[in-house]
Amino acid sequence: MTTEFAGSQHIIEIIYLIASVLFILSLKWMSAPKTARHGVWAGEIGMVLAIAGTLLHHGIVDYKWIFIALVIGSGIGVPLGLVQMTAVPQRTALSHAFGAFCVTLVGTAEFYLRAPNVPPFMMAVICMEVILGSLTFTGSLMAAGKLQEVLPQRPITYRGQNIVNLGLLAIAIAAGIYLVLHPGAKQLFPVMVIIPLFFGVFMIMPIGGADMPTVISLLNSYAGLSAAAMGFVVESKLLIIAGALDGSSGFILSVIMCKAMNRSFTNVMFGAFGQVQASAAAGKEERTVRSATAEEAAGILAAANRVVIVPGYGMAVAQAQHKVRELYDALTKRGVDVRFAIHPVAGRMPGHMNVLLAEADIPYDKLAEMDDINGDFPQTDVALVIGANDVTNPAARTDQSSPIFGMPILDVDKARTVMVIKRSMNPGFAGIDNPLYYLDHTLMLFGDAKAFVNSIVHELAGNSH
Amino acid sequence: MNSALIDGLFVFMLAGFIGFEVIKRVSPLLHTPLMSLTNALDAIAVVGAIVLVGEHKSNLSFILGVLATIAATSNVVGGFLITDRMLKMFKSSRPTKP
Repeated sequence: MTTEFAGSQHIIEIIYLIASVLFILSLKWMSAPKTARHGVWAGEIGMVLAIAGTLLHHGIVDYKWIFIALVIGSGIGVPLGLVQMTAVPQRTALSHAFGAFCVTLVGTAEFYLRAPNVPPFMMAVICMEVILGSLTFTGSLMAAGKLQEVLPQRPITYRGQNIVNLGLLAIAIAAGIYLVLHPGAKQLFPVMVIIPLFFGVFMIMPIGGADMPTVISLLNSYAGLSAAAMGFVVESKLLIIAGALDGSSGFILSVIMCKAMNRSFTNVMFGAFGQVQASAAAGKEERTVRSATAEEAAGILAAANRVVIVPGYGMAVAQAQHKVRELYDALTKRGVDVRFAIHPVAGRMPGHMNVLLAEADIPYDKLAEMDDINGDFPQTDVALVIGANDVTNPAARTDQSSPIFGMPILDVDKARTVMVIKRSMNPGFAGIDNPLYYLDHTLMLFGDAKAFVNSIVHELAGNSH
Repeated sequence: MNSALIDGLFVFMLAGFIGFEVIKRVSPLLHTPLMSLTNALDAIAVVGAIVLVGEHKSNLSFILGVLATIAATSNVVGGFLITDRMLKMFKSSRPTKP
């Protein structure tokens, strides 16, 4: 080893060290909206430094194809960075798939370059990298397909499903263990790559649309862990750090999502949510609801001091967020205090609802988390529910037989008046009846969310002239 | 087990703890941009793929490396782009300077 060579290696390592610091700062600055964009810049600078440093690597002989690949990758990345905000969950799932694809390919390449001289620990890490990578790849593609609605959103289940799935995973792990003991068994390696691909598909099949926030977070965590494993294989501390950060981020978000739905990981992965609820919806006698027109609703809202709007995914589906913003403006102009109550699982991924409302120019300091706003509902004149259902269901607090019993909800029923914009009395996505609709102080506003909010805005404008 | 692997384990453990502490403090308001940002950072895996392409040790490793570089680069570019687009939209109702 010449001194010149060792010198350039040191420079590369120092560049990686600086990039690591920038990555950690990047996440630190994400803590608040004020500094968050600095976080993106820090991440970008770290990334550019790291890629530039890698190009100094002594063994690199072929620069042409590196640049071709970088250019093609950027060409794919730009449109993926410009998708609509409602499509962000499927874009995120797709990028988990790409990340996992990269990790799996690199792990495969490294194995064939080194076999049969692979020490046991290294082989174990390669196995982890490849198994996690390939199941995350197909699992994320499945999740993206369900979110984009090119695949059916409802859970697909059959008898013995869990046994089949776990059996597949067990075969892949057994192949991995055999390879750790006999790294020369090259013919077994494809088994370990291909079987988890099927496992990834089967793993997501029984999971319904309502569980997507948890699943995306979990896949995020897997993608991070597989990248960290790749960091061990290619001996890059920077990649170990980035993978560990991503892995812990995904893990924390999955825990938050599970808590918000009062479910455990095992329940999400093996529970197939859809089945439990079919029984619960049946056997309810007819009860009366009170409905109101846009004119009446506008009158009540205009007379209120404090209004809390509870948006759900239905609002985003109806593309009503910009009309909601007009309602917010009209009420704020009249001196009404308007805030938004955001349930952690509102939307299709963690924090999705906040992005959708921010896109409609609603100030972020008016968006309140569940725990911060729940205590304020008794002092709230009107709670206006738009396109949300299960997260407002008081049965989660009181009815032990309800499938969502114990799930933390927004206590909208404690507001003086509750208004719910809903197409019809059909039970929602999960098929659970919502007693909120039958309360004496609840008014049902039947209609399309966007159209109804629009007529309320019109009524408010008419009254002021 | 060589020392590089042990070093790696220490780094992994420490980074995991830092990640836990830092990400716990991220406001739920920003959880979506957080996920797209960590995704972009995760795509630093591109460095491993670039080395595979550049070193061209075998045809297999070269081809897999090119595909891996393309996939990771799309995450880098797309991830930062969409994160910044989302963060730009978050505005406060209070003026920035009183």
